[in-house]
Amino acid sequence: MKIFTSFGEFILMLKGMFTKPENWRMYWKELMHQCVELGIGSLGIVSIVAVFIGAVSTLQTSYQFISPIIPRSVIAQIVRDTVILEFAPTITCVVLAGVVGSKISSELGNMRVSEQIDALEIMGINTKAYLILPKITAALITIPMLVVLAMVLGIWGGRFVGEVTGILPTEIFDRGLLEAFVPYNVKFALVKAYTFALIITAIPAYFGYNVKGGALEIGRASTTAVVSSCIIILLADYVLATILL
Amino acid sequence: MISINNIAKGFSEKPVIEGVSAEFETGKCNLIIGASGSGKTVLMKCLVGLITPDAGEIIYDGENFSRMNEDAKKIMRRKIGMLFQGSALFDSKTVEQNIMFPLDMFSNDTRAEKQKRVDMVLDRVNLTDAHKKFPAEISGGMKKRVGIARSIVLNPQYLFCDEPNSGLDPQTSLVIDKLIREITTEYNITTVIYTHDMNSVMEIGDRILYMYQGKKEWEGNSKEIIFSKNEKLNSFIFASEFLQDAKDMRMLEVSGKIDENRNMDKLLKG
Repeated sequence: MKIFTSFGEFILMLKGMFTKPENWRMYWKELMHQCVELGIGSLGIVSIVAVFIGAVSTLQTSYQFISPIIPRSVIAQIVRDTVILEFAPTITCVVLAGVVGSKISSELGNMRVSEQIDALEIMGINTKAYLILPKITAALITIPMLVVLAMVLGIWGGRFVGEVTGILPTEIFDRGLLEAFVPYNVKFALVKAYTFALIITAIPAYFGYNVKGGALEIGRASTTAVVSSCIIILLADYVLATILL
Repeated sequence: MISINNIAKGFSEKPVIEGVSAEFETGKCNLIIGASGSGKTVLMKCLVGLITPDAGEIIYDGENFSRMNEDAKKIMRRKIGMLFQGSALFDSKTVEQNIMFPLDMFSNDTRAEKQKRVDMVLDRVNLTDAHKKFPAEISGGMKKRVGIARSIVLNPQYLFCDEPNSGLDPQTSLVIDKLIREITTEYNITTVIYTHDMNSVMEIGDRILYMYQGKKEWEGNSKEIIFSKNEKLNSFIFASEFLQDAKDMRMLEVSGKIDENRNMDKLLKG
Protein backbone atom coordinates (compact mmCIF):
# COMPACT_ATOMS: atom_id res chain seq x y z
CA MET A 1 0.00 0.00 0.00
CA LYS A 2 2.84 2.36 0.96
CA ILE A 3 4.41 1.97 -2.47
CA PHE A 4 1.23 3.35 -4.10
CA THR A 5 1.17 6.30 -1.70
CA SER A 6 4.83 7.01 -2.47
CA PHE A 7 4.19 6.73 -6.19
CA GLY A 8 1.27 9.16 -5.89
CA GLU A 9 3.42 11.61 -3.94
CA PHE A 10 6.17 11.23 -6.55
CA ILE A 11 3.75 12.08 -9.38
CA LEU A 12 2.39 15.06 -7.42
CA MET A 13 5.96 16.25 -6.85
CA LEU A 14 6.67 16.12 -10.59
CA LYS A 15 3.37 17.89 -11.33
CA GLY A 16 4.14 20.55 -8.71
CA MET A 17 7.37 21.52 -10.51
CA PHE A 18 5.57 22.99 -13.48
CA THR A 19 4.51 26.46 -12.44
CA LYS A 20 5.54 29.88 -13.72
CA PRO A 21 8.94 30.74 -12.22
CA GLU A 22 8.99 33.67 -9.81
CA ASN A 23 12.10 35.00 -11.57
CA TRP A 24 13.38 33.48 -14.84
CA ARG A 25 16.89 34.82 -14.36
CA MET A 26 17.28 33.10 -10.97
CA TYR A 27 15.98 29.80 -12.36
CA TRP A 28 18.40 30.05 -15.30
CA LYS A 29 21.26 30.74 -12.88
CA GLU A 30 20.27 27.70 -10.82
CA LEU A 31 20.04 25.55 -13.98
CA MET A 32 23.56 26.56 -15.04
CA HIS A 33 24.82 25.89 -11.52
CA GLN A 34 23.31 22.40 -11.61
CA CYS A 35 24.75 21.72 -15.08
CA VAL A 36 28.20 22.46 -13.68
CA GLU A 37 27.58 20.44 -10.49
CA LEU A 38 26.08 17.38 -12.17
CA GLY A 39 27.81 17.47 -15.55
CA ILE A 40 31.31 18.81 -15.07
CA GLY A 41 31.39 17.45 -11.52
CA SER A 42 30.91 13.91 -12.86
CA LEU A 43 33.37 14.14 -15.76
CA GLY A 44 36.27 12.55 -13.87
CA ILE A 45 34.49 9.45 -12.60
CA VAL A 46 32.66 8.90 -15.91
CA SER A 47 35.93 9.13 -17.86
CA ILE A 48 37.77 6.70 -15.60
CA VAL A 49 34.93 4.16 -15.60
CA ALA A 50 34.51 4.40 -19.40
CA VAL A 51 38.20 3.92 -20.23
CA PHE A 52 38.52 0.88 -17.98
CA ILE A 53 35.30 -0.69 -19.20
CA GLY A 54 36.51 -0.41 -22.82
CA ALA A 55 39.93 -1.77 -21.90
CA VAL A 56 38.53 -4.75 -20.00
CA SER A 57 36.06 -5.43 -22.84
CA THR A 58 38.92 -5.78 -25.31
CA LEU A 59 40.89 -8.07 -23.00
CA GLN A 60 37.96 -10.32 -22.14
CA THR A 61 36.59 -10.54 -25.68
CA SER A 62 40.05 -11.47 -26.92
CA TYR A 63 40.38 -14.08 -24.13
CA GLN A 64 37.12 -15.74 -25.19
CA PHE A 65 38.05 -15.57 -28.88
CA ILE A 66 39.54 -18.96 -29.55
CA SER A 67 38.40 -19.69 -33.13
CA PRO A 68 41.06 -18.87 -35.76
CA ILE A 69 38.34 -18.73 -38.47
CA ILE A 70 36.77 -15.50 -37.16
CA PRO A 71 38.77 -12.38 -38.09
CA ARG A 72 40.35 -10.48 -35.17
CA SER A 73 38.62 -7.26 -36.24
CA VAL A 74 35.40 -8.74 -34.86
CA ILE A 75 36.82 -8.02 -31.37
CA ALA A 76 36.58 -4.29 -32.17
CA GLN A 77 32.98 -4.73 -33.37
CA ILE A 78 32.03 -6.51 -30.14
CA VAL A 79 33.76 -3.89 -27.99
CA ARG A 80 32.09 -1.08 -29.96
CA ASP A 81 28.59 -2.55 -29.74
CA THR A 82 28.76 -3.59 -26.08
CA VAL A 83 30.14 -0.19 -25.09
CA ILE A 84 27.53 1.72 -27.11
CA LEU A 85 24.55 -0.47 -26.31
CA GLU A 86 25.15 -1.32 -22.68
CA PHE A 87 28.28 -0.23 -20.92
CA ALA A 88 28.30 3.49 -21.76
CA PRO A 89 24.65 4.24 -20.95
CA THR A 90 23.88 1.68 -18.24
CA ILE A 91 27.12 1.38 -16.26
CA THR A 92 27.73 5.14 -16.48
CA CYS A 93 24.23 5.84 -15.19
CA VAL A 94 24.46 3.24 -12.41
CA VAL A 95 27.69 4.95 -11.30
CA LEU A 96 26.02 8.36 -11.60
CA ALA A 97 23.04 7.09 -9.57
CA GLY A 98 25.50 6.69 -6.72
CA VAL A 99 27.40 9.92 -7.26
CA VAL A 100 24.63 12.31 -8.33
CA GLY A 101 21.76 10.51 -6.59
CA SER A 102 23.28 10.57 -3.11
CA LYS A 103 24.33 14.20 -3.61
CA ILE A 104 20.83 15.33 -4.59
CA SER A 105 19.14 13.31 -1.87
CA SER A 106 21.42 14.46 0.93
CA GLU A 107 21.41 18.08 -0.24
CA LEU A 108 17.61 18.29 -0.31
CA GLY A 109 17.31 16.21 2.87
CA ASN A 110 19.62 18.58 4.70
CA MET A 111 17.68 21.57 3.39
CA ARG A 112 14.44 19.99 4.61
CA VAL A 113 15.75 19.12 8.07
CA SER A 114 17.39 22.51 8.61
CA GLU A 115 14.17 24.29 7.52
CA GLN A 116 15.80 25.90 4.48
CA ILE A 117 12.98 24.55 2.31
CA ASP A 118 10.41 26.05 4.71
CA ALA A 119 12.31 29.35 4.52
CA LEU A 120 12.01 29.34 0.73
CA GLU A 121 8.29 28.42 0.91
CA ILE A 122 7.63 31.31 3.27
CA MET A 123 9.37 33.68 0.87
CA GLY A 124 6.70 32.61 -1.64
CA ILE A 125 8.95 30.40 -3.77
CA ASN A 126 7.73 27.12 -5.28
CA THR A 127 10.47 24.91 -3.86
CA LYS A 128 9.66 21.97 -6.12
CA ALA A 129 10.13 24.19 -9.15
CA TYR A 130 13.19 26.01 -7.84
CA LEU A 131 15.06 23.12 -6.23
CA ILE A 132 14.08 20.02 -8.21
CA LEU A 133 13.26 21.12 -11.76
CA PRO A 134 16.73 22.65 -12.46
CA LYS A 135 18.37 19.42 -11.24
CA ILE A 136 16.27 17.22 -13.52
CA THR A 137 16.69 19.58 -16.49
CA ALA A 138 20.45 19.80 -15.92
CA ALA A 139 20.64 16.00 -15.82
CA LEU A 140 18.64 15.73 -19.05
CA ILE A 141 21.12 18.10 -20.69
CA THR A 142 24.39 16.80 -19.30
CA ILE A 143 23.94 13.06 -18.77
CA PRO A 144 23.38 12.18 -22.46
CA MET A 145 26.55 14.19 -23.17
CA LEU A 146 28.40 12.20 -20.54
CA VAL A 147 27.10 8.98 -22.06
CA VAL A 148 28.38 10.00 -25.52
CA LEU A 149 31.71 10.85 -23.93
CA ALA A 150 31.71 7.46 -22.20
CA MET A 151 31.11 5.76 -25.59
CA VAL A 152 34.09 7.55 -27.14
CA LEU A 153 36.40 6.98 -24.18
CA GLY A 154 35.28 3.36 -23.78
CA ILE A 155 36.12 2.55 -27.40
CA TRP A 156 39.37 4.49 -27.12
CA GLY A 157 40.26 2.52 -23.97
CA GLY A 158 39.68 -0.74 -25.81
CA ARG A 159 41.74 0.41 -28.76
CA PHE A 160 44.58 1.61 -26.53
CA VAL A 161 44.78 -1.63 -24.56
CA GLY A 162 44.60 -3.69 -27.78
CA GLU A 163 47.68 -1.85 -29.07
CA VAL A 164 49.63 -1.77 -25.79
CA THR A 165 49.16 -5.48 -25.05
CA GLY A 166 49.62 -6.52 -28.66
CA ILE A 167 46.22 -8.27 -28.72
CA LEU A 168 44.87 -6.18 -31.55
CA PRO A 169 46.88 -3.64 -33.59
CA THR A 170 45.15 -0.28 -34.07
CA GLU A 171 44.80 -0.77 -37.85
CA ILE A 172 42.73 -3.94 -37.33
CA PHE A 173 40.78 -2.34 -34.46
CA ASP A 174 39.93 0.74 -36.60
CA ARG A 175 38.86 -1.48 -39.50
CA GLY A 176 36.64 -3.52 -37.17
CA LEU A 177 35.09 -0.34 -35.73
CA LEU A 178 33.76 0.65 -39.16
CA GLU A 179 32.46 -2.80 -40.07
CA ALA A 180 28.72 -3.52 -39.63
CA PHE A 181 28.13 -0.30 -37.72
CA VAL A 182 24.43 0.29 -36.96
CA PRO A 183 23.74 4.02 -36.26
CA TYR A 184 20.44 3.05 -34.58
CA ASN A 185 22.47 1.67 -31.65
CA VAL A 186 23.59 5.20 -30.80
CA LYS A 187 20.00 6.45 -30.89
CA PHE A 188 18.96 3.57 -28.63
CA ALA A 189 21.77 4.41 -26.21
CA LEU A 190 20.64 8.05 -26.13
CA VAL A 191 17.03 7.04 -25.39
CA LYS A 192 18.40 5.04 -22.47
CA ALA A 193 20.54 7.98 -21.36
CA TYR A 194 17.54 10.36 -21.24
CA THR A 195 15.42 7.80 -19.37
CA PHE A 196 18.15 7.08 -16.84
CA ALA A 197 18.89 10.80 -16.40
CA LEU A 198 15.30 11.30 -15.31
CA ILE A 199 15.47 8.32 -12.95
CA ILE A 200 18.75 9.27 -11.26
CA THR A 201 17.58 12.79 -10.45
CA ALA A 202 13.83 12.54 -9.86
CA ILE A 203 13.94 9.57 -7.48
CA PRO A 204 16.69 10.92 -5.17
CA ALA A 205 14.97 14.32 -5.28
CA TYR A 206 11.74 12.68 -4.07
CA PHE A 207 13.48 10.88 -1.19
CA GLY A 208 15.51 13.96 -0.20
CA TYR A 209 12.63 16.42 -0.46
CA ASN A 210 10.41 14.30 1.80
CA VAL A 211 12.91 13.52 4.55
CA LYS A 212 11.48 13.74 8.06
CA GLY A 213 13.76 13.64 11.07
CA GLY A 214 17.48 14.32 11.34
CA ALA A 215 20.92 13.25 10.18
CA LEU A 216 20.12 9.54 10.45
CA GLU A 217 17.08 9.90 8.19
CA ILE A 218 19.11 11.89 5.64
CA GLY A 219 21.57 9.00 5.43
CA ARG A 220 18.75 6.49 5.12
CA ALA A 221 17.06 8.57 2.41
CA SER A 222 20.33 8.72 0.42
CA THR A 223 20.81 4.96 0.63
CA THR A 224 17.18 4.26 -0.33
CA ALA A 225 17.43 6.75 -3.19
CA VAL A 226 20.59 5.17 -4.64
CA VAL A 227 19.34 1.59 -4.26
CA SER A 228 15.93 2.43 -5.76
CA SER A 229 17.49 4.36 -8.64
CA CYS A 230 19.85 1.47 -9.49
CA ILE A 231 17.05 -1.10 -9.45
CA ILE A 232 14.76 1.09 -11.56
CA ILE A 233 17.61 1.78 -14.03
CA LEU A 234 18.17 -1.97 -14.51
CA LEU A 235 14.43 -2.54 -14.86
CA ALA A 236 14.10 0.30 -17.37
CA ASP A 237 17.16 -1.07 -19.22
CA TYR A 238 15.41 -4.40 -19.67
CA VAL A 239 12.08 -2.82 -20.70
CA LEU A 240 13.74 -0.50 -23.24
CA ALA A 241 15.80 -3.34 -24.72
CA THR A 242 12.64 -5.44 -25.06
CA ILE A 243 10.69 -2.65 -26.71
CA LEU A 244 13.31 -0.97 -28.87
CA LEU A 245 15.64 -3.76 -30.02
CA MET B 1 -3.09 42.97 12.77
CA ILE B 2 -3.45 39.21 12.48
CA SER B 3 -6.64 37.54 13.73
CA ILE B 4 -7.10 33.83 14.15
CA ASN B 5 -10.53 32.36 14.78
CA ASN B 6 -11.11 28.86 16.10
CA ILE B 7 -8.04 27.30 14.51
CA ALA B 8 -7.94 23.52 14.80
CA LYS B 9 -5.47 21.01 13.48
CA GLY B 10 -4.90 17.34 14.10
CA PHE B 11 -2.71 14.57 12.74
CA SER B 12 -3.89 10.98 12.32
CA GLU B 13 -7.17 11.92 14.05
CA LYS B 14 -5.24 13.16 17.10
CA PRO B 15 -6.00 16.86 17.77
CA VAL B 16 -2.88 19.00 18.18
CA ILE B 17 -4.53 22.41 18.40
CA GLU B 18 -8.19 22.95 19.21
CA GLY B 19 -10.28 26.08 18.70
CA VAL B 20 -7.55 28.68 19.25
CA SER B 21 -8.61 32.30 18.70
CA ALA B 22 -6.44 35.37 19.21
CA GLU B 23 -5.46 38.75 17.84
CA PHE B 24 -1.88 39.82 17.23
CA GLU B 25 -1.47 43.58 17.23
CA THR B 26 0.58 45.69 14.85
CA GLY B 27 3.75 47.33 16.20
CA LYS B 28 3.83 44.97 19.18
CA CYS B 29 5.65 41.80 20.14
CA ASN B 30 2.99 39.11 20.42
CA LEU B 31 4.31 36.04 22.20
CA ILE B 32 2.98 32.52 22.01
CA ILE B 33 4.32 30.47 24.87
CA GLY B 34 3.80 26.91 26.00
CA ALA B 35 5.60 23.73 26.85
CA SER B 36 7.04 21.45 24.18
CA GLY B 37 4.19 19.64 22.46
CA SER B 38 1.62 22.29 23.34
CA GLY B 39 0.97 23.03 19.66
CA LYS B 40 2.96 26.27 19.28
CA THR B 41 4.90 25.18 16.20
CA VAL B 42 1.84 23.68 14.50
CA LEU B 43 -0.05 26.94 15.14
CA MET B 44 2.87 28.90 13.66
CA LYS B 45 3.00 26.67 10.57
CA CYS B 46 -0.76 27.16 10.14
CA LEU B 47 -0.32 30.93 10.42
CA VAL B 48 2.32 31.12 7.71
CA GLY B 49 0.59 28.56 5.50
CA LEU B 50 3.09 25.70 5.75
CA ILE B 51 0.24 23.58 7.16
CA THR B 52 -3.42 23.94 6.26
CA PRO B 53 -5.62 24.01 9.39
CA ASP B 54 -8.56 21.60 9.59
CA ALA B 55 -10.86 24.41 10.72
CA GLY B 56 -10.83 28.12 11.49
CA GLU B 57 -9.77 31.33 9.80
CA ILE B 58 -6.55 33.31 9.62
CA ILE B 59 -7.01 36.96 8.71
CA TYR B 60 -4.13 39.28 7.83
CA ASP B 61 -5.33 42.90 8.04
CA GLY B 62 -8.78 42.00 6.72
CA GLU B 63 -7.53 39.54 4.10
CA ASN B 64 -8.67 36.00 4.74
CA PHE B 65 -5.52 33.92 4.29
CA SER B 66 -7.41 30.64 4.80
CA ARG B 67 -9.60 31.22 1.76
CA MET B 68 -6.82 32.33 -0.60
CA ASN B 69 -5.72 30.10 -3.47
CA GLU B 70 -2.07 29.04 -3.72
CA ASP B 71 -1.08 31.94 -6.00
CA ALA B 72 -2.63 34.52 -3.68
CA LYS B 73 -0.95 32.85 -0.70
CA LYS B 74 2.42 33.06 -2.47
CA ILE B 75 1.92 36.81 -2.95
CA MET B 76 0.79 37.19 0.66
CA ARG B 77 3.87 35.34 1.90
CA ARG B 78 6.07 38.04 0.40
CA LYS B 79 4.70 40.31 3.13
CA ILE B 80 5.85 37.81 5.74
CA GLY B 81 9.33 37.52 7.19
CA MET B 82 10.34 34.61 9.31
CA LEU B 83 13.19 33.87 11.68
CA PHE B 84 13.60 30.12 12.14
CA GLN B 85 14.74 28.33 15.26
CA GLY B 86 17.93 27.15 13.56
CA SER B 87 18.11 30.33 11.43
CA ALA B 88 17.64 28.24 8.22
CA LEU B 89 20.40 30.09 6.37
CA PHE B 90 21.43 28.66 3.01
CA ASP B 91 24.68 26.80 3.71
CA SER B 92 26.15 27.28 0.24
CA LYS B 93 25.67 31.06 0.22
CA THR B 94 27.58 33.75 2.10
CA VAL B 95 25.86 36.02 4.62
CA GLU B 96 25.53 38.69 1.94
CA GLN B 97 24.13 36.23 -0.64
CA ASN B 98 21.65 34.89 1.93
CA ILE B 99 20.22 38.35 2.46
CA MET B 100 20.46 39.26 -1.22
CA PHE B 101 18.49 36.14 -2.22
CA PRO B 102 14.93 37.45 -1.57
CA LEU B 103 15.87 40.69 -3.34
CA ASP B 104 17.28 38.81 -6.35
CA MET B 105 14.12 36.72 -6.52
CA PHE B 106 11.47 39.41 -6.08
CA SER B 107 12.95 42.85 -6.61
CA ASN B 108 13.58 44.71 -9.84
CA ASP B 109 16.13 47.01 -8.22
CA THR B 110 19.57 47.47 -9.71
CA ARG B 111 22.54 45.60 -8.30
CA ALA B 112 23.77 48.75 -6.54
CA GLU B 113 20.38 49.37 -4.94
CA LYS B 114 20.17 45.80 -3.72
CA GLN B 115 23.68 46.00 -2.30
CA LYS B 116 22.75 49.22 -0.49
CA ARG B 117 19.69 47.52 1.01
CA VAL B 118 21.75 44.51 2.13
CA ASP B 119 24.33 46.78 3.75
CA MET B 120 21.56 48.71 5.46
CA VAL B 121 19.85 45.69 7.02
CA LEU B 122 23.17 44.16 8.06
CA ASP B 123 24.06 47.45 9.68
CA ARG B 124 20.63 47.47 11.37
CA VAL B 125 21.33 44.11 13.02
CA ASN B 126 24.84 45.28 13.96
CA LEU B 127 26.70 42.99 11.59
CA THR B 128 29.03 45.04 9.49
CA ASP B 129 31.96 42.70 8.95
CA ALA B 130 30.35 39.37 8.10
CA HIS B 131 29.34 39.95 4.45
CA LYS B 132 31.62 37.36 2.91
CA LYS B 133 31.42 34.73 5.65
CA PHE B 134 29.52 31.47 5.27
CA PRO B 135 26.95 30.39 7.89
CA ALA B 136 29.33 27.69 9.14
CA GLU B 137 31.89 30.40 9.95
CA ILE B 138 29.71 32.52 12.24
CA SER B 139 28.36 32.08 15.79
CA GLY B 140 24.79 31.15 16.75
CA GLY B 141 23.96 34.73 17.76
CA MET B 142 25.31 36.06 14.46
CA LYS B 143 23.26 33.48 12.55
CA LYS B 144 20.13 34.73 14.31
CA ARG B 145 21.01 38.29 13.34
CA VAL B 146 21.57 37.26 9.73
CA GLY B 147 18.21 35.44 9.89
CA ILE B 148 16.55 38.62 11.15
CA ALA B 149 18.28 40.68 8.45
CA ARG B 150 17.07 38.27 5.75
CA SER B 151 13.53 38.31 7.11
CA ILE B 152 13.28 42.10 7.08
CA VAL B 153 15.10 42.79 3.81
CA LEU B 154 11.85 42.90 1.81
CA ASN B 155 10.16 45.23 4.33
CA PRO B 156 7.65 42.68 5.62
CA GLN B 157 4.43 43.66 7.36
CA TYR B 158 4.47 40.54 9.50
CA LEU B 159 7.41 38.94 11.28
CA PHE B 160 7.34 35.45 12.78
CA CYS B 161 10.12 34.30 15.07
CA ASP B 162 10.34 30.65 16.07
CA GLU B 163 12.20 30.39 19.36
CA PRO B 164 14.64 33.21 18.56
CA ASN B 165 16.71 32.55 21.70
CA SER B 166 17.14 28.80 21.51
CA GLY B 167 20.77 27.79 21.83
CA LEU B 168 21.93 31.28 22.79
CA ASP B 169 23.54 32.47 26.01
CA PRO B 170 21.42 34.79 28.22
CA GLN B 171 23.30 37.92 27.21
CA THR B 172 23.02 37.25 23.46
CA SER B 173 19.35 36.35 24.00
CA LEU B 174 18.73 39.79 25.45
CA VAL B 175 20.47 41.40 22.47
CA ILE B 176 18.27 39.43 20.04
CA ASP B 177 15.11 40.27 22.04
CA LYS B 178 16.03 43.95 22.04
CA LEU B 179 16.69 43.84 18.32
CA ILE B 180 13.32 42.22 17.58
CA ARG B 181 11.55 44.75 19.80
CA GLU B 182 13.30 47.70 18.08
CA ILE B 183 12.59 46.39 14.59
CA THR B 184 8.93 45.77 15.47
CA THR B 185 8.45 49.33 16.66
CA GLU B 186 10.63 50.98 14.03
CA TYR B 187 9.00 49.30 11.01
CA ASN B 188 5.55 48.99 12.67
CA ILE B 189 5.48 45.25 12.03
CA THR B 190 3.08 42.70 13.50
CA THR B 191 5.55 40.40 15.23
CA VAL B 192 4.60 36.97 16.51
CA ILE B 193 7.20 35.15 18.59
CA TYR B 194 7.09 31.51 19.65
CA THR B 195 9.18 30.98 22.72
CA HIS B 196 9.58 29.32 26.06
CA ASP B 197 12.33 31.69 27.14
CA MET B 198 11.18 33.46 30.29
CA ASN B 199 13.47 36.43 29.75
CA SER B 200 11.71 37.12 26.44
CA VAL B 201 8.31 36.79 28.11
CA MET B 202 9.19 39.40 30.71
CA GLU B 203 11.20 41.73 28.49
CA ILE B 204 9.26 41.95 25.24
CA GLY B 205 5.87 40.36 25.90
CA ASP B 206 3.47 43.13 24.88
CA ARG B 207 0.83 40.47 24.43
CA ILE B 208 1.21 36.89 25.58
CA LEU B 209 -0.80 33.85 24.66
CA TYR B 210 -0.18 30.74 26.73
CA MET B 211 -1.03 27.43 25.13
CA TYR B 212 -1.61 24.25 27.06
CA GLN B 213 -2.25 20.90 25.38
CA GLY B 214 -3.33 22.52 22.13
CA LYS B 215 -5.71 25.05 23.67
CA LYS B 216 -5.43 28.71 24.64
CA GLU B 217 -5.09 28.68 28.40
CA TRP B 218 -4.32 32.31 29.23
CA GLU B 219 -3.87 35.67 27.50
CA GLY B 220 -2.40 38.91 28.83
CA ASN B 221 0.81 40.95 28.99
CA SER B 222 4.10 40.74 30.88
CA LYS B 223 2.75 42.73 33.85
CA GLU B 224 -0.43 40.72 34.15
CA ILE B 225 1.47 37.44 34.01
CA ILE B 226 3.13 38.27 37.35
CA PHE B 227 -0.19 38.50 39.13
CA SER B 228 -1.89 35.67 37.28
CA LYS B 229 -3.56 33.06 39.44
CA ASN B 230 -3.61 30.50 36.63
CA GLU B 231 -1.90 27.47 38.13
CA LYS B 232 -0.90 25.88 34.84
CA LEU B 233 0.64 29.13 33.67
CA ASN B 234 2.45 29.70 36.95
CA SER B 235 3.87 26.20 37.08
CA PHE B 236 5.09 26.63 33.48
CA ILE B 237 6.53 30.14 33.74
CA PHE B 238 7.88 30.06 37.27
CA ALA B 239 8.98 26.46 37.24
CA SER B 240 12.05 26.79 39.49
CA GLU B 241 12.44 28.26 42.98
CA PHE B 242 14.75 30.86 41.53
CA LEU B 243 12.07 32.03 39.09
CA GLN B 244 9.45 32.02 41.84
CA ASP B 245 11.71 34.27 43.89
CA ALA B 246 12.21 36.48 40.85
CA LYS B 247 8.43 36.67 40.45
CA ASP B 248 8.00 37.68 44.12
CA MET B 249 10.63 40.37 43.66
CA ARG B 250 8.92 41.66 40.54
CA MET B 251 5.57 41.71 42.38
CA LEU B 252 7.09 43.74 45.17
CA GLU B 253 8.62 46.08 42.62
CA VAL B 254 5.38 46.53 40.65
CA SER B 255 3.37 47.07 43.84
CA GLY B 256 5.89 49.76 44.90
CA LYS B 257 7.11 47.98 48.05
CA ILE B 258 10.71 48.03 46.78
CA ASP B 259 12.26 50.47 44.34
CA GLU B 260 13.56 49.64 40.89
CA ASN B 261 17.09 49.11 42.24
CA ARG B 262 15.69 46.30 44.39
CA ASN B 263 16.58 48.21 47.57
CA MET B 264 14.80 46.39 50.39
CA ASP B 265 15.59 48.75 53.26
CA LYS B 266 12.09 50.24 53.28
CA LEU B 267 10.51 46.81 53.25
CA LEU B 268 12.73 45.41 55.99
CA LYS B 269 12.18 48.43 58.27
CA GLY B 270 8.46 47.68 57.98
